[in-house]
Amino acid sequence: MRNPLSDKIVNIQPSGIRKFFDIVNEMKDAISLGVGEPDFDTPWRIREEGIYSLERGRTFYTSNAGLKELKDEISKYLERKIQVSYDPASEIVVTVGGSEGIDIAMRAMLNPGDEVLIPQPSYVSYLPCAVLADGVPVVIPLQEKNKFKLTREELEEKITDKTKILVLPFPNNPTGSIMTKEDLEPIAEAVVEHDLFVISDEIYSELTYGTDHVSIASFPGMRERTIVINGFSKGFAMTGWRLGYACGPAPILEQMLKIHQYAIMCAPTNSQYAAVEGLRNCEDEVQEMRKAYNQRRRYLLHEFQRMGLQCFEPEGAFYMFPGIQEFGMTSEEFATRFLEEEKVAVVPGTAFGDCGEGFLRISYAYSLDDLKVAIGRLENFITKLRNQKKA
Amino acid sequence: MNMRTEILRYLEKNSRVDLGELAVLLGTDEATIANEIADMEKEKIICGYHTLIDWDKTGEESVTALIEVRVTPQRDLGFDRIAERIYNFPEVTAVYLISGAYDFLIILEGKTLKEVSRFVSEKLSPIEPVLSTATHFILKKYKDHGTILAPQKKAERMLVMP
Repeated sequence: MRNPLSDKIVNIQPSGIRKFFDIVNEMKDAISLGVGEPDFDTPWRIREEGIYSLERGRTFYTSNAGLKELKDEISKYLERKIQVSYDPASEIVVTVGGSEGIDIAMRAMLNPGDEVLIPQPSYVSYLPCAVLADGVPVVIPLQEKNKFKLTREELEEKITDKTKILVLPFPNNPTGSIMTKEDLEPIAEAVVEHDLFVISDEIYSELTYGTDHVSIASFPGMRERTIVINGFSKGFAMTGWRLGYACGPAPILEQMLKIHQYAIMCAPTNSQYAAVEGLRNCEDEVQEMRKAYNQRRRYLLHEFQRMGLQCFEPEGAFYMFPGIQEFGMTSEEFATRFLEEEKVAVVPGTAFGDCGEGFLRISYAYSLDDLKVAIGRLENFITKLRNQKKA
Repeated sequence: MNMRTEILRYLEKNSRVDLGELAVLLGTDEATIANEIADMEKEKIICGYHTLIDWDKTGEESVTALIEVRVTPQRDLGFDRIAERIYNFPEVTAVYLISGAYDFLIILEGKTLKEVSRFVSEKLSPIEPVLSTATHFILKKYKDHGTILAPQKKAERMLVMP
């Protein structure tokens, strides 16, 4: 028999810590700080609208790019939130989660050999998506001393004449880092100067603390070279509904829509109706969730400082990214021993790129009571490690 | 939202919070929290600290009734004087002046149905300005003071994911 497999796919490495994830998900009695989704149920208003749409028998396909009502609401929402306007008829595609948006954006824009700049630590799908689209991923390792923000120097160091796309993953999973207006300004200048395009993954845009999210698409000359990826999973606590969207200049969106049309058809109809309600009437619910995350963020930061665990102050998403270099272990060793000895699951920083070595991702998408129990165990564990080191 | 509102919103759901912890959660210091709370207690913005109890689970006999009351307001004193005569009974836990088809809504806690009906017939109805009453007994509490009393579902998320 001939080899049934594609070399391109076979050569994509499965995530190195898959095994670790499998072990944790099998453990019955472990508690976890490892999830990447909200602990809140989807606001009832949205769920109720989803139920109603089923009762009404709205069970058919929508148009490929999405329900008109939803695209209209997305357009108004972005105008409100990032002060960029998109034409609902030609510049918005409703996708199956933000993930699909990333995939089809790269496939629509890359030619074989084009380089894609991917700042890391960051979400796991950018690199394989670039490879699937015949692009060449080029990693930009971000540094803790810059609060894991991307600097113009780091960006320009990696630009070659093959560079086409910069992925901008802020607010960031796993570091919680954000890019403010001042941080983005030099990046936008460099992008224009070097004639690059940006895929800006803004899925955590509702979750910033202290300052509002700023999109690079709002800078001069950037709207026409940026694809904004966003969705309902994080801010609206709708992970399982699988609903996101991509916005950008019509000529690029037109090509993205072709892939979406042939591969997906349309995003789930039920989810789309529910999301309309989310954009129209759930500002308060979203704000309540943001407030709860912020309280937990302050709590964890305070606890880490008390324990002497080194951690910069994250200002977005729902993750802390403390450093564990002092214990002389790799992130994966630390996470494995913490799981075995204290039955708490955290994600090693290396899950998000090699430069995550020496860090852990700790999620605060948990109730304060759950966090207290887990933090108690973390304190036990690091006290034990420090004592062993002394002895 | 100002600090007072932040404190109140938190205390309303969890009055037993440690003040040091509340200071961390709200991003301020303990002295600020303690002073604001003391001031709000003095100003009667904070009127008390109560515990939400699901009495059904204790086996204690008790019934809760909502009573609609129509009255004739009194000259010069309006409704306040009548309200006072009603709310001074210890078994009355709440009295509200209501717009619409009736005037007062009273919440009454009693041990038995008989005790509640005796209150209505012997205490409430004989008050002169009271024109009529309608008593509703609560059969089951699903949600009280913003808290859902039904058993909560278990966590269903996977333990780890990127």
